[in-house]
Amino acid sequence: MKRSPMAILWNVLFYLFVVAIVVYAIFPFYYAIVTSFSTGTALFEIHYWPKVFDLANYKNVLFQRQFPRSVLNSLLIASTTVILALFLAVTASYALSRVRFRGRGLLLMVILAVSMFPQIAVLAGMIEMIKYFGLFNTPFAMIISYTVFTLPFTVWVLTTFMRDLPIEIEEAAIVDGATPWIIITRVFLPLLWPALVTTGLLAFIGAWNEFLFALTFTLSEDQRTTPVAIAMLSGASVQEIPWGPIMAASVIVTVPLVVLVLIFQRKIVAGLTAGGVKG
Amino acid sequence: MSFGYRAKAMRATAIAAVLAAVGAPVMAEEITYVSGAVGKAVENFAALVKPWEEATGNTVKMVPMPASTTDQFAQYRLWLSAGTSDIDLYQTDVIWAPQLADHFVDLTEAAKDLAPTHFPSIIESQTVNGKLVALPIFTDAPALYYRKDLLDKYGVAVPKTWDELTAAAKTVMDGERAAGNPDFWGFVWQGNAYEGLTCDALEWVKSFGGGQIVEPDGTISINNEKAVKALETAKGWVGTISPEGVLSYQEEESRGVWQAGNAAFMRNWPYAYGLGNGDDSKVKGLFGVTTLPVGAEGDTSAATLGGWNVAVSKYSKHQEAAISLALYLAGPEAQKQRAINESNLPTIISLYDDPDIAAAQPIIPQWKDVFLNAVPRPSAPTLSHYNEVSSLFWSAVHDTLSGNGSAADNLAKLEADLTDLKGDGWK
Amino acid sequence: MTTASTSGPARAMGPSLQQQRARAAFWFLAPMLFALFLVAAWPLMRTIWFSFTDATGNIYDGKFVWFQNYVRVQTLDSGKTMYRGVFFDPKWWNAVYNTVRFSVVSVIFETVLGLVIALVLNAEFKGRGIVRAAILIPWAIPTIVSAKMWAWMLNDQYGILNDILLNLHLISEKIAWTARDDTAMIAVLIVDIWKTAPFMALLCLAGLQMVPRDIYEAARIDGVHPIKVFFKVTLPLIRPAVAVAVIFRMLDALRIFDLVYVLTPNSTATKTMSVISRENLIDFSKFGYGSAESTTLFAILAIFVSLYIWLGRVDLTGETSR
Repeated sequence: MKRSPMAILWNVLFYLFVVAIVVYAIFPFYYAIVTSFSTGTALFEIHYWPKVFDLANYKNVLFQRQFPRSVLNSLLIASTTVILALFLAVTASYALSRVRFRGRGLLLMVILAVSMFPQIAVLAGMIEMIKYFGLFNTPFAMIISYTVFTLPFTVWVLTTFMRDLPIEIEEAAIVDGATPWIIITRVFLPLLWPALVTTGLLAFIGAWNEFLFALTFTLSEDQRTTPVAIAMLSGASVQEIPWGPIMAASVIVTVPLVVLVLIFQRKIVAGLTAGGVKG
Repeated sequence: MSFGYRAKAMRATAIAAVLAAVGAPVMAEEITYVSGAVGKAVENFAALVKPWEEATGNTVKMVPMPASTTDQFAQYRLWLSAGTSDIDLYQTDVIWAPQLADHFVDLTEAAKDLAPTHFPSIIESQTVNGKLVALPIFTDAPALYYRKDLLDKYGVAVPKTWDELTAAAKTVMDGERAAGNPDFWGFVWQGNAYEGLTCDALEWVKSFGGGQIVEPDGTISINNEKAVKALETAKGWVGTISPEGVLSYQEEESRGVWQAGNAAFMRNWPYAYGLGNGDDSKVKGLFGVTTLPVGAEGDTSAATLGGWNVAVSKYSKHQEAAISLALYLAGPEAQKQRAINESNLPTIISLYDDPDIAAAQPIIPQWKDVFLNAVPRPSAPTLSHYNEVSSLFWSAVHDTLSGNGSAADNLAKLEADLTDLKGDGWK
Repeated sequence: MTTASTSGPARAMGPSLQQQRARAAFWFLAPMLFALFLVAAWPLMRTIWFSFTDATGNIYDGKFVWFQNYVRVQTLDSGKTMYRGVFFDPKWWNAVYNTVRFSVVSVIFETVLGLVIALVLNAEFKGRGIVRAAILIPWAIPTIVSAKMWAWMLNDQYGILNDILLNLHLISEKIAWTARDDTAMIAVLIVDIWKTAPFMALLCLAGLQMVPRDIYEAARIDGVHPIKVFFKVTLPLIRPAVAVAVIFRMLDALRIFDLVYVLTPNSTATKTMSVISRENLIDFSKFGYGSAESTTLFAILAIFVSLYIWLGRVDLTGETSR
């Protein structure tokens, strides 16, 4: 196939632009990787390429006390949060977007109000409640608080997306006598994949990265999550910050997320084509 | 209402679960100790408490916390406010005692034999309204690090006053820069707006004879000519012998510049000594430490008192065992082990003459001189307001150093703010 | 627009079906509302309650003081009248100014950047999968880590950013980014935009993915200029998705805490509302006062969001057909 020089030029420009975006996004991460290979005084020197390939920091992190356990905790907590949040949000969004009743706008605003308080301010009340239910120092303390604080976002996004789906798809199902539950699971879910994967991913990352609640609600090392575990990485004294291990740990915890994106992106790409819905 | 019913039902289940968990008769108790953890703290702590565990049959679990002391303080305050009974002992910073005093057990009676063997000033710092809130386990005080090799090279003596330090730093810096190192600086310290700047600036003010911000009797003394002179001297360093970025430095940033061999002098805590002599350090074996300089002949040097203590939570369910552990940790056996293994400075006076410690950590007896000049931050007189006092002070200092207003104006304003905060007496 | 749809097919059906659906809607909403009420309502109410007390280090010791944390008139011995409380606290208003300035700038940059990145990712090209994963990395790194990482890169002496800029001759001497009052906010903005643009990009992308492909096809066949297609077709279609993304970014930006706390903890040029209320709540033992600040922050956010929804004509219920 022949292409005009103009098209080639545009193509080149386009790819340059893509490269620029990628460099912008990953350079700090790349620098973290470079840093994670160096130790001691070498940390305080500037290198654009890894000077040595020393895995000491990685060994240090992976064999340190409970780090692998923290990764498992985070995985468990974040996945459960996503499943719970998506389940609650999909049903709620269906009601909020497809069924007409009074006070929907107000209800959405009330839900939004949950994201309007600074985290630090609700901590005291959260501790009281977590203790009241006997959930202190268990994964449920985190699962419940993350689910609730991610719900406003998830509900809002899904409501917006569901509202924009054409009316015809539902009508056919209703005529067939399908219950709302069937409509949600059979008709909407397949169409909502891009939105579900996106919000699910964002909720996952939110739970994966949360620090303040995780630090406050846990005591034992075997209950802690990765951000807390990273904050626990330390140098030989109070004043020393262990840059090498911190960078190594950050690289380790970022990898699962990259893998997740790679797995789910087919779903993101699939988009509306699956449903074959007419615009 | 269904909600109330459900909540009750859930609570009943939760209580049942807890009862089942602790239902077994408690013979040996498990004590929880929470502390900022650095390096091999967890492993070292396990070894440290082993003799106590064997003697009493109890076990100790350590909950490690992030190294940042402000973060620790925030967590402990939240846990204590909520009356958390899961933690029996807290490792506390020297300045926290008055602010958290309400939540801790009075140790006066339990430690009546042990307390007199410690430095009286430290015990005093942990006593609030006659209540001994915490027992000291180790202490900390900063010193002046200097490059022996470079002072020799340029024929300057180890400075005794801040003016001498300024001159010496300039000589060395100019020389090194001319010799082809444009990144070389004279003096690095901690100028970020944080608790560390309160420590640095307190040393300048005190060593100029300008008092210690708020005197032990509660008088606000900071607005005086000597303090103004001290701050103006420090302001003169920024951008000349110290990089402008020193205004964002904490301990690690200064150590970074120092350990890369790019500074002639550094003000820092003892931890930088061991690291500076590490195998990969560019200044290994090339530096010495001394007491911080003074304002003028006749003034005394000042080093801000740091250090850690152990306090027993009043919400603890194992208070007796917890107090016993606190006494052990503050006692001579544990302090000696800490000194030898972790080069922590003891708070028991006699340990400074201990031959084993001198053999294992020659730096510790050397630090005794520094420590004798230690000055406490005004946490005792200002009680629950200390953090705010400190924040107002470091802001005033940081403003002065970065050129927002003169030292005299900023200190006058600080005095007004502090007077306002004090109201009709610190509480 | 044929895609426009509203409150479901109920219009076409009888009232009993509408009732049945409303009942189903209630049961679908109930679990979420129950969870929200149980977990979120209590702490929020507690904070508002504390804001009316003079609680200090021990939060249960406070007594009810009405609005004294917000507004208090004090007459000094000298006879001078002083106005106190959050509403008259210059530090608080400085923090409000910082926060609003930060939020407006960062959200605008993030939205534009996010949209551009989303458009690129929506195009078909080789290696799209890898690029999409790469874009997400900034958002995936825990904030406490990325803030420290940037603090490291922004360091004046051994930070790589100064080194790069020096090598490119964009600056003539090393800049102490986080130390200087005039650059501290820029530093925070750089990091925040870097970190959250992917979030916006992903949400915009999800919006773009929901736009049926045949619309582009039709436009291409009609020979409409791509830029015109973007403004006339794509943008209106993804507007609801972008609007929601902006609301949540705005809320997050107005509450920003950890980044500032790690990067420039005590600089008055960057202290935000959350930072200053934390300071009072935790560091200064003024629990009541800090709660009053948090509650004021809540009120400011509520006003902001309402204004945005009203001025931006964000369609809350979907009842106004497009």
